[in-house]
Amino acid sequence: MDIENIGFETINLGHGSGGELTRNLLDKIIFKTFSNPYLDQKHDGSIVKIEGEVAISTDSFVITPIFFKGGNIGELAVHGTVNDVAMCGAIPKYLSLAFIIEEGLKVSEFIEIVQSIKKAADESGVLIITGDTKVVERGKGDKIFINTTGFGQVHPKANISVHNIKEGDKIIVNGFIAQHGMAIMSEREGLEFESTIESDSTNLNFLVNDLLDVFGDKIKLFRDPTRGGIGTVLHEIANDINKGVFLKEAIIPLEKQVAAACEMLGLDPMYVANEGVFLVVVDPSVENEVLNVMRNHKKGKNAAIIGEITNEHPNKVVMESLIGGKRIVSPLVGEQLPRIC
Amino acid sequence: MKYLSEYRNLEETKKVLDEIHKITTREWNIMEICGGQTHSLVKNGILELLPEKVRMIHGPGCPVCVTPLNLIDKAIELLEQGVIVCSFGDMIRVPGSKKSLLETKALGGDLRILYSPIEAISIAKKNPDKEVVFFAVGFETTAPANALSVLHAEKEGITNYSILASHVLVPPAMEAILDDKFCTINAFLGAGHVCAIMGTKEYYPLVSKYKIPIVVTGFEPLDLVQGIYIAVKQLEEGKYELANQYSRIVKEEGNIAAIDVINKIFEIGNREWRGIGEIPNSGYVIKEAYRKYDAEEKFNISTIKVPENPNCIAGEILRGIKKPNQCDQFGKTCKPSNPLGAPMVSSEGACAAYYHFSTNLID
Repeated sequence: MDIENIGFETINLGHGSGGELTRNLLDKIIFKTFSNPYLDQKHDGSIVKIEGEVAISTDSFVITPIFFKGGNIGELAVHGTVNDVAMCGAIPKYLSLAFIIEEGLKVSEFIEIVQSIKKAADESGVLIITGDTKVVERGKGDKIFINTTGFGQVHPKANISVHNIKEGDKIIVNGFIAQHGMAIMSEREGLEFESTIESDSTNLNFLVNDLLDVFGDKIKLFRDPTRGGIGTVLHEIANDINKGVFLKEAIIPLEKQVAAACEMLGLDPMYVANEGVFLVVVDPSVENEVLNVMRNHKKGKNAAIIGEITNEHPNKVVMESLIGGKRIVSPLVGEQLPRIC
Repeated sequence: MKYLSEYRNLEETKKVLDEIHKITTREWNIMEICGGQTHSLVKNGILELLPEKVRMIHGPGCPVCVTPLNLIDKAIELLEQGVIVCSFGDMIRVPGSKKSLLETKALGGDLRILYSPIEAISIAKKNPDKEVVFFAVGFETTAPANALSVLHAEKEGITNYSILASHVLVPPAMEAILDDKFCTINAFLGAGHVCAIMGTKEYYPLVSKYKIPIVVTGFEPLDLVQGIYIAVKQLEEGKYELANQYSRIVKEEGNIAAIDVINKIFEIGNREWRGIGEIPNSGYVIKEAYRKYDAEEKFNISTIKVPENPNCIAGEILRGIKKPNQCDQFGKTCKPSNPLGAPMVSSEGACAAYYHFSTNLID
C-alpha cells in the first residue's frame, strides 16, 4: 500500500499532541491503512455487533528488537491477541490498537510496522475498529510499545474450561516449540549468533475453529504457551486441576537448529517463548482424529501427542527423559539466564 | 551437533546402565565434580536409574556457588558507583548480603549480560568516558577467555577496562574435600571442560596420594553413565587409576595455547570459596604486571567483607556432606524465587537441580 510522505523522517512529541501533527499521522498512515466502516467514522470509539457470548483478551507488546527474523512487533501484536481470543474457544472479530511511541522512531519503521499489522489482521480475519497513539519523550520508552484488545464470538460448540479436564485426557502440541524465543535471542544485543531460526509468529484461529467445528466439547482446553514456554503453561494446568501431567521428551517437536541453539546458550526449550504454538487437551476417544485434522492443516503439520493427564503426582509435571529417566518440569522462576560454562 | 543424538541415545545408555547393575556388588560413593554434570544427572533422571548401591555425591564445581559473597557485594558497589558491570548470566540473580546484581540493575545500575568477556572490550571501546568491569568468575574453564580480554585491552591501549576476578581451581578443592574428616567419597568423576583446558596430568598425584579413581567425564547422559561405569569397575576390582572417558574433547596435555594465556595474566594464589572458606593455592590472582586491570585495586573495594546467612548449609552441600533435600530450609524458606544461598540460584547449583528437576520431590 502506498503511504504518501508525511513530511517527517522521525516521530516527535508533536505527533502525540492531539493537534494537527497527530491528525496528519493518523489520516495518512493509520486511517488510510486500516480503513473500514467502523474506523472510518473517526469517532471516540466504535459500536459493533457480536452474537452470543463474547470473548475478550488484551495484551501489550514490548519486544526488543522490534524487527526480528520472521516478523516484527506489529504482526506479533495481532497474532498474540488473536490467538488469546481463539484459545478461549472464540472466533476473533475485532481488535483495538494502541501505540506508545518513543520520540525518534523512524517514520519508515512505523509504516512498516503498521503495514505488518494490516497484513496480519487481514490474514486473521479481524478488523481494527478503534485505537490510540501516544508519543513519549526519548528514554521513556523503547522505540514502540503496542497494546491490542481482541473481541471474538464464542464458538457455538465450544466448552473450553480447565475444569473439564479428566485423567487420561491427551495433550497435543501443534508443532515445533521454542522457535520464537530463540529467534529473538539470536538477535539480542550481546548475544548475536548466526542462525536461520525464524519466529513462528502466526495466527492460530482458523485451525482452532476447525477443531471446534469437528470435535466440539471433546476439546477440553486450548492454551498458547507464549512467555514461560510449554513447561510453565503445563505446570499451571496441573496446578489448576490438582492433577499431574506426564510428558515424553522424545516426542516433543523440537527443530534441530533450535535444540542446538538452546544447548549453546544453556537454555531449556521447555521454557522458551512461542508465538505460533498451542496446546490442546482432548478426550482420549478423539486423540488420533484431532491429530489428523491438525496435521492436515498448515498450522499443525508437525503436531504430536506429547503427554497425558494423570492422577499420579498431582500438581506436578513429570517428563520421561530421552534416556528413559524421569524429571519434574518446574515452573520458570525469573527470566532464563545464560550459564557460565 | 552429533552429541545431541549419539550421546543421548536410549539404547546405548541403557546398555551401560545394565552393565553398572551387573558389576556392582558393594556400596560406592562417587562425586561428580562439576555442577553441569549434577544438572545432567538430575535432569535426565539418571540418579534413579543407577543401582541403589551407587550413590552420586554432588561436588563443588559450580562457579557461581563458590564465588564469595563479598565479591558479589563488590560488583554491586561498582554498579552503584556508575561502572558498567558485565557478567555471565547466572551470576546476576545470586543474592549479595543486601541485594543481587539484578536488583541493583532495576535501581538504575548499568549491568550487561554477556557470553564472552571479549564483548566487554567492545563495550569499553564504545563507552570511553565510563569504566567497564567484567565479573570474571569461574574455574579453569573460563580463565583463558578472561585472561585474553586483559591481553586485548593491553594491546589496544584500552584503559577503562578491568576485571573483578575470582578464579578457582579444581585439584586443590578435590584435595580439601578428601582431607575433610567427614569425607566418604570412593571415586571422582573429573570435570570434563576443566580438563579440556588443563589436561589430565595434574590429577595423577591425587590418584596416587589418596588411592582414588578419577574418571574425567563429559556431560551428556551417555558420557555420565560411561564415567560411572569406569569408576565402579575400578572400585570393584580394587584399582585406582586416572581414566579419560571424555577423550573426544580432553587431551592429556590440555589446550596449550589456553594455558599460555592464563599464565601470562594469572598466578596461583590463595582463594576464598563461598561455603568452604579459604583454600591455599586454590585460585588465580592477577600478576603484578597486570594489576592495573584488577578492579579490586583500581576501585579500592578490596576491604568489603560480609557474613553468610547462618541458615544456609551451602558449605556442606558443596563438600558433598549433605544433599540438598537434607537441608531444613530446602523448598521451604529457600527456593529459587527466594534463595538463601547460591546453590539454589545457579543453573549449576545442586540445590537448584534438585528443586527444578528431581523426582524425589514428586510426593
